[in-house]
Amino acid sequence: MAGWTTHEGRAVHLPQDNVDTDQLIPARFMSTPRVQGYGDFLLHDMRRDDAGVLRPDFPLNGPEPASILIAGRNFGSGSSREAAVYALVDAGFRAVIAPGFGDIFAANAINNGLLPARLGEREVAALVAELGDGGAPLCIDLGNREIQVAGQVFGFDLDEVWRTKLIKGWDDIDLTLQHAARIASFRDRRVADTVWVLPDD
Amino acid sequence: MLLHLSLWTFMCIFMEKPSTLLDKLWGAHEILRREDGTSLLWVDRHLVHEGSHHAFAKLAARGQKVAEPRLTFAVTDHYAPTRQRDRITDPDIARMIETLEGNARTHGLETFGLSDPRQGIVHVIGPEQGLTLPGLQINCGDSHTSTHGAFGALAFGIGATEVAHVLATQTVWQRKPAAMRITFEGALAPGVTAKDMALGWIARLGAGGAQGHAVEYAGPAVEALSMEGRMTLCNLSIEGGARFGMVAPDEVTFDYIKGRPFAPKASDWERAVDGWRTLRTDAGADFAREVIIDAADIAPTLTWGTSPEQAIGIDAVLPAPGSLGAGKAAAAEAAYDYMGLTPGQPIKGTPVDQVFLGSCTNGRIEDLRAAAAVLRGRRAQVPGLVSPGSALVKQQAEAEGLDLVFRDAGLEWAASGCSMCVGMNGDLVAPGKRCASSTNRNFRGRQGRGARTHLMSPAMVAAAAVTGALSDLREVMQERV
Ligand code: SF4
Repeated sequence: MAGWTTHEGRAVHLPQDNVDTDQLIPARFMSTPRVQGYGDFLLHDMRRDDAGVLRPDFPLNGPEPASILIAGRNFGSGSSREAAVYALVDAGFRAVIAPGFGDIFAANAINNGLLPARLGEREVAALVAELGDGGAPLCIDLGNREIQVAGQVFGFDLDEVWRTKLIKGWDDIDLTLQHAARIASFRDRRVADTVWVLPDD
Repeated sequence: MLLHLSLWTFMCIFMEKPSTLLDKLWGAHEILRREDGTSLLWVDRHLVHEGSHHAFAKLAARGQKVAEPRLTFAVTDHYAPTRQRDRITDPDIARMIETLEGNARTHGLETFGLSDPRQGIVHVIGPEQGLTLPGLQINCGDSHTSTHGAFGALAFGIGATEVAHVLATQTVWQRKPAAMRITFEGALAPGVTAKDMALGWIARLGAGGAQGHAVEYAGPAVEALSMEGRMTLCNLSIEGGARFGMVAPDEVTFDYIKGRPFAPKASDWERAVDGWRTLRTDAGADFAREVIIDAADIAPTLTWGTSPEQAIGIDAVLPAPGSLGAGKAAAAEAAYDYMGLTPGQPIKGTPVDQVFLGSCTNGRIEDLRAAAAVLRGRRAQVPGLVSPGSALVKQQAEAEGLDLVFRDAGLEWAASGCSMCVGMNGDLVAPGKRCASSTNRNFRGRQGRGARTHLMSPAMVAAAAVTGALSDLREVMQERV
């Protein structure tokens, strides 16, 4: 996965709290192989009416594509389904800005290059106000943990490790395998100290 | 000041700092800690299911094998048909199940497949088989992995990239969460269960209330719970935002584990139990957050909205959106609209269209017994589905004649799986229909597009079945006396 440091794009505001993973991608789409792309599944049942037609008044359904989503508190709560992140990424999103995120969702986002930027509720409101109707572009700078819009700057919260991972686009497996010797000796010690940890039917 | 300082230094050097259960479990699995504070943890048990297909695909793309096949277990549950198992007509479902079982064969994993007599929901069969033990670190690509913490294990749900990482390395990177303790003082009133304790604390603290924390449940009302009850409580931790839930192991835990197929045997048993007894929070240990709840204040609780925090006691009135605190009114209004309910009305008496009993939250034998106690000798006024948490739970229920209670009441007795908790196998609630459900998520569309879900305990689900409406099980049981 490629890393990134800055991103400029259009933002769309979804003024809702607790947008859960079942909203982000309903379960029925989750057997689809990833190669087919998950973008069309994003918020499927909120974006479309019962006949499957896009609701014209839904924030994400505007004519211009957006790459930054601004949402309410506890975004991505619920299940561990990484498909919720795939749907956002495949729909072209690079960042979600919200007052808080589900813990597992946030970790999944980082693993797919999607920024979960934490901003206080008031700052989110101020940011949305700055956007105005014209949809001024946002500029996200991971290096300084800043979002710039219309000359205003908002600092966001992001775990240091996660920031590094996004910038470098690290693959955890490769990093971990560098510690193979320590892992192997830990394993040997664990099994020797507590024999029963190896299940034995 | 000097004296104070030196006394402090003295204490730090000569007295060991009291630890939380979390500290002890974390310390036992930490292979290394990076400078940035992230720990690399050893994984003792890795449970995979059909949804792990993305992770196996990643592993295959790297040309890697499962690092520790003996510590990896495959379970067919999310897509498991609950009817006509021998002839799966939906090609997507058949493919999902075959993909998992094929991956398990390729990597030589112990598999609890569709036709295995031990099949069931991953969080039910881990404990049932004795794979879940105190002191272990357990991961699964499912957020309700917190269930296993009921045994004093470190257990948390992970996403597909992390599943691939565990498959490849048997380790997981994780920053240690802050420790939080929820103490339930006193005792539960009759008819009130672990489900009500969980919905009760989430209603108080909010669906994101425990984000970033590992919750240890403690206090007399927790100690008084059976293992089934403790699992229900830990299972729902994630609905309050906590990735981890845990209870210190005790005699109740050891009695539950003893003799299970994968549990330590013979001489190992005594040694294991000796070690497990040390897995408790030391007196004076620090928690980042402490919450104390009087168990006697908890009523049979159910959700009215589309977030687990939107829950009230069965005798309460549906709250006015404006009364719910800053920023929650709009969500409440949207939830009322979706749920077809009106604020200011009592929730009790709301007609339901159907009921569901099952899931990893409340699909264990004790749950079925509690529901059957309400249903025995009665007819359900609405249709309903009962899907036991595992094939062994089903077998046990049948040995006790519970299946007859459900069938005689008019409910459908089906095979085991996630079923109507998530609807991936096709067990869905139709649009606009209202379902009294023993599951864990009342999210919009969770049980099917447009489905209206009310979460509650199994006995409350049974009470809704016999009356055809959301009901107070205490009143329903009173009629019986
Ligand atoms: S029963 Fe529901 S919550 Fe539990 S593992 Fe299955 S889908 Fe997840």
